[in-house]
Amino acid sequence: MAVLEAQNISIVFGGLKAVTNFDLKLEKGELVGLIGPNGAGKTTVFNMLTGVYNPTSGDILFNYSSDDNASKSIVGLKPYQITQLGIARTFQNIRLFKDLTVLDNVRIALHFNVKYNALQAVFRTSAFYREEGRVAGKAKELLEIFHIGEKQNELAKNLPYGEQRKLEIVRALATNPKLLLLDEPAAGMNPQETQDLMKLIKFIKDQFNLTILLIEHDMSLVMGICERIVVLDYGQTIAAGTPAEIRKDPKVIKAYLGEGGEFDA
Amino acid sequence: MKKNRIFNAVVILGASVVVFVILAALQYIGVIDEYNGQLLTLSGIYIVVALSLNLITGFTGQLALGQAGFMSVGAYTTAIAIMKFHVPMLLAILIGGLVAAVFGIIIGFPTLRLRGDYLAIATLGFGEIIRVLMINLGSLTGGAAGLKGIPAFSETENFVLDAVIKFSWVYVFAVITIVIISNLINSSPGRAIISIREDEIAANSMGINIAYYKIFSFTLSAFLAGVGGGLYGIYMGYLNPTMFGFMPSMNIVVIVVLGGLGSITGTVVASVAFTYIQEWLRVFKDLRLVIFGLALILVMIFWPKGLLGNKELSISGFLRKLFKRENNPERTVSQQNGSREGK
Amino acid sequence: MEFVQQVLNGLSLGSVYALIALGYTMVYGIVKLINFAHGDILMIGAFGGFFIMGAFGVSPTTILISFIVSMGVCAIIGIIIEKTCYAPLRNAPRINALITAIGVSYLLENGGRVLPFMGPNPKQFPTFKIQNYNFLGINISQTQIMTIAISILLMALLNYIINYTKIGKAMRATSFDMNAACLMGININRIISFTFALGAALGAAAGILFASSYPQVEPYMGFMPGLKAFVAAVLGGIGSIPGAMLGGFLLGIAETLTKGFISSKLADGVAFGILIIILVVKPTGILGKNEREKV
Ligand SMILES: Nc1ncnc2c1ncn2[C@@H]1O[C@H](COP(=O)(O)OP(=O)(O)O)[C@@H](O)[C@H]1O
Ligand SMILES: [Mg+2]
Repeated sequence: MAVLEAQNISIVFGGLKAVTNFDLKLEKGELVGLIGPNGAGKTTVFNMLTGVYNPTSGDILFNYSSDDNASKSIVGLKPYQITQLGIARTFQNIRLFKDLTVLDNVRIALHFNVKYNALQAVFRTSAFYREEGRVAGKAKELLEIFHIGEKQNELAKNLPYGEQRKLEIVRALATNPKLLLLDEPAAGMNPQETQDLMKLIKFIKDQFNLTILLIEHDMSLVMGICERIVVLDYGQTIAAGTPAEIRKDPKVIKAYLGEGGEFDA
Repeated sequence: MKKNRIFNAVVILGASVVVFVILAALQYIGVIDEYNGQLLTLSGIYIVVALSLNLITGFTGQLALGQAGFMSVGAYTTAIAIMKFHVPMLLAILIGGLVAAVFGIIIGFPTLRLRGDYLAIATLGFGEIIRVLMINLGSLTGGAAGLKGIPAFSETENFVLDAVIKFSWVYVFAVITIVIISNLINSSPGRAIISIREDEIAANSMGINIAYYKIFSFTLSAFLAGVGGGLYGIYMGYLNPTMFGFMPSMNIVVIVVLGGLGSITGTVVASVAFTYIQEWLRVFKDLRLVIFGLALILVMIFWPKGLLGNKELSISGFLRKLFKRENNPERTVSQQNGSREGK
Repeated sequence: MEFVQQVLNGLSLGSVYALIALGYTMVYGIVKLINFAHGDILMIGAFGGFFIMGAFGVSPTTILISFIVSMGVCAIIGIIIEKTCYAPLRNAPRINALITAIGVSYLLENGGRVLPFMGPNPKQFPTFKIQNYNFLGINISQTQIMTIAISILLMALLNYIINYTKIGKAMRATSFDMNAACLMGININRIISFTFALGAALGAAAGILFASSYPQVEPYMGFMPGLKAFVAAVLGGIGSIPGAMLGGFLLGIAETLTKGFISSKLADGVAFGILIIILVVKPTGILGKNEREKV
């Protein structure tokens, strides 16, 4: 049973068909790349999968529990409900809580699993202290994986760009997802940083038993780590397959480079 | 960890008791005269109401311009409960808060869809509607003339003692309000609330139930404003709808912005400062509000983040530093909200 | 008949609201500021008419001069307020600009109260001797005719400026996208000043009309009509010029109907009741456009 199955989803903004009849099936533990030129509709796919936008038509099934057959439609659910079911994401245009500390950014993502309520917080019960300790520990642990643990008390906006992107991933991981959606996680990083990040992504995938769908602009990078790639252009899937197949696909080459181009990846 | 907890609690409790004893004693022996005692009491009421607004506007990030409306619901309910139904004072004040909280929920739901300026306008409208309601519910609220003869907190033969008792009531409520807001904000639900202010879309995607926390915030805020209103009615001894119109709502907004949106200590300091400055300006008679208007403009232009921005003054942080002999007095303003706990 | 009569009264009141609402909407459309001091411009405009007609009597000529002078003076005041108080805050958080606007409002109202020639007490506003015309059982006064006629004239003029002049086009461009307009070489500061001037001039005219039908003037007189006109702007769709006109008329009619058929004490509440309903049902107002945040 697939972790996620998008069936024929489409969305129209005003008159613009941003995504048309998009199909996607993600098996457990896969790392799949979603690529395509600017404006192809990749981020819009993420927005539909995470409930930010509702598809105009089509359905999205998500396998939300450890039981392989427990799938349900997540269309119409609110983003926070989908996150609580187990789909987490990062944003292409970084959306950290930039005036809060690095630690708080992560703790907010841990919030819905916290086991005390506002009343217990006001009275500072022992549940409060116990959970606060656990949450802080958990947050630090996640930050350490991305080597930004020592920056936990800095404001998010003061981190260098690359670390902000990492913090976005940490924050998404903190929601304890089954499926992680990364929207151009390496944007703005230099090649070395990008390489390191990709290794890290592979590492967390195994470490946390994740399925990952990754949007990337940098072709070489996707080719390097993704097992499977889906290519979007003008809101439509124009190709899908292994990196080797995609590399040779004339439609992809045309979409990316115009006529006569070739990848040097 | 455990030691720190107790240390914090003791410092806060100790500090509030010491401050109380000093202020109450100074009033009792007359060093703080009756007039200044009244002002201190009024400051306390402003602290309660302004903190309630800071929860909505400073921490949840929802611009609300009708806080005096919640205040008036609390004030009228409390006064009516005491005068018509002879409910004990403490209970009456809490009932006032609860009824205001119900209004908070009623107003919270429709405004969930609204953001920024639109929300501001809607809350302004609600404030005005409540005012018109108070004018039109004549049999209950006394209409435009209002209610007179609300009993005082105490009626001993001793005026000074009565004043001190009045101050004590308000002081206790102010401290409780400060503790509620500060403990809430420095907790996981509090961080969830703040995340809404920071970026609603990101918060939603991080599993935060935005609607729930907005309503929660509105309701608690309305409750506290209602309690503040109840205290205010008893403090004044009378009520009428003009006490809760647009201008009083704006005054509360002004206090919160002057203190710093999202700063609890800032709100406390600004509440006291605002009360006193308003009084001092009385010597200018009719020029008072002209100067006040001018001051608002200048402060907003030259001091846009208010007194403290979203930072906090911290006594226990200050003391802790003192005890550890870290001679670094200018760092008593903790770096940001929430940096004090979990250490 | 009573109904038609109230609708007519509503049209007259509504045209005043519409004129004020235009100022709110234009300013909001361009700088996204709820200019709470706009109602007080109405008061200043009314006092302008009060002084001129008080000194020279009421005649068509003095009325005309009152309008021209008041509108001119208020336009200048509008520009000064924008340059000194709002311009420094253009990039500050909204709430700061909002509080500044409230500060300006305090300043104008209470400044009026302390100025010796204005003072806190209401003063009789000079008007024609009231003359009612009867039309199939419906009364219409001279003042009402003047109010409706002048409002419509001014709105037509505004419409012309916005749609057919160069500066009007620049205003629309700025309101659509300030950065793009700036890149296209439009002088944003000039457009903002012009917008404030235009709004204030209309507000001043509304002030004279409002005072004529009341008929008195006092420093706080702008507050309530200002607030209601603002509701009118929201009702029509804030930022939309036809919306402000529509909202003004609708609100005026709703208010006089309430006064006439339900209770005059509720009339103030009606405006805000409508406000809440429209905000809940269609927050962007009747003619406003919906915008969705891109993620
Ligand atoms: N909220 C929206 N309203 C209108 N158009 C949108 C919205 N979101 C995205 N679009 C449009 O949908 C298309 C796809 O955008 P997007 O998914 O961001 O592309 P990509 O991520 O592949 O670069 C673009 O033309 C974009 O302008
Ligand atoms: Mg994108």
